[in-house]
Amino acid sequence: MEENRYELNKNLAQMLKGGVIMDVTTPEQAKIAEDAGACAVMALERIPADIRAAGGVARMSDPKMIKGIQAAVSIPVMAKCRIGHFAEAQILQAIEIDYIDESEVLSPADDKYHIDKTKFSVPFVCGAKDLGEALRRIGEGASMIRTKGEPGTGDVVQAVRHMRMMQADIRRIAAMAEDELYECAKQLQAPCELVNYVHEHKKLPVVNFAAGGVATPADAALMMQLGAEGVFVGSGIFKSGNPAKRAAAIVKAVTNFRDADLLAELSEDLGEAMVGINEQEIQLLMAERGR
Amino acid sequence: MTVAVLAVQGAFAEHERALARLGASFCELRRKSDLSRAFDGLILPGGESTVQGKLLRELGMFGELKARIADGMPVFGTCAGLLLLAKETVNDSRAYFRTMDISAVRNAYGRQLGSFFAESDFKGIGKIPMTFIRAPYIQSVSGSAQVLAECGGRIVAARQKNQLVTAFHPELNEDLSVHRYFLDMIGQAARE
Repeated sequence: MEENRYELNKNLAQMLKGGVIMDVTTPEQAKIAEDAGACAVMALERIPADIRAAGGVARMSDPKMIKGIQAAVSIPVMAKCRIGHFAEAQILQAIEIDYIDESEVLSPADDKYHIDKTKFSVPFVCGAKDLGEALRRIGEGASMIRTKGEPGTGDVVQAVRHMRMMQADIRRIAAMAEDELYECAKQLQAPCELVNYVHEHKKLPVVNFAAGGVATPADAALMMQLGAEGVFVGSGIFKSGNPAKRAAAIVKAVTNFRDADLLAELSEDLGEAMVGINEQEIQLLMAERGR
Repeated sequence: MTVAVLAVQGAFAEHERALARLGASFCELRRKSDLSRAFDGLILPGGESTVQGKLLRELGMFGELKARIADGMPVFGTCAGLLLLAKETVNDSRAYFRTMDISAVRNAYGRQLGSFFAESDFKGIGKIPMTFIRAPYIQSVSGSAQVLAECGGRIVAARQKNQLVTAFHPELNEDLSVHRYFLDMIGQAARE
């Protein structure tokens, strides 16, 4: 992959900032998401809550279904491949997907290696629980990071934990003496040059979104105030009582995430939120997939 | 001199960084009450035009900003911002301020695989870096709108009185010349 292409791929993530990326399973849902103000959509056959409920192996979606969504909207379309499944990623690149999510929501195809994302021209977003994981993914060629959270639960606690861990690690590294960075990189199991970047710039070298468990405008505002640059909403929208209204409210909450008066207004009368599962109740921790 | 930056979605922080490097002060527009601040020019950043256009209307900023742009307040639109100002977009029925006599093509180079970097001449500045991200281009200009830059035979920058648009993203490169050009436009408008 030429140097330029990686810059361009990081640049697309910059254009998504301050926005909401929504999971959709049909062209109709994609239209609803676009009309509600989504800055991109994630095309997948089943949303995480249903994957969780159905069990079994979750794989890349049917390319025909993804193409149907590409044809339905004008905003960027993302799709998921399994961790380590570079052949699925090759297929997604062949249909000119705008972003590939190498995602723990699907069943991992490789329990050791992630995809070498530098071999691709299309950009990748990857999940991370902490800074070391984020920097390893960036080292492998990811041009955007999101918290893993815990997808399909409607419970924001893990996204909060992951975002706080990343931000705390960033602050810690920013405050370090230069001769402490090498040891820090060893501990984080992350590339030295990326640790140096974080030390110098006090931020990740790529855009960082929140994901996994965001279900309300307040959840979205919480994640933005904790330092997210935008939000992925998966099951939270189309598992709720009034998807169009909830989606539009979350979009506005991300723009005005510090405006409590507006957030109060946006949170009114949204109908039922997704039921959700508490983290103690779930059998499968998707966030533990991939290191 | 204060420049307002539309901050409802997209790469507004990058524009703010460019303004800060040039020593210009700026403020963010996120909701209607932000319009009561004093500002002399407006930047419409890159992002998704569908999102920005919708939020401009629903957050109650559309009408007043359109009136001020029509009244001659200097405005600089990049990528999505170009689409917000265009009189029409040939491949999309959505239109927004429609204050500038340009006809735009949305996502004109295709999906992300069509995004590219180039260098080309910008009238009055010279050769500058140009980053195109799922970019539009300008199919034609009319009225008093003038072409400022072309790249690969496509119009990628134009100006009409106090309105400036680029299909590319000057805020993504270190080169500050297009932002300086816009600040000069604001200075000129203030003197007139």
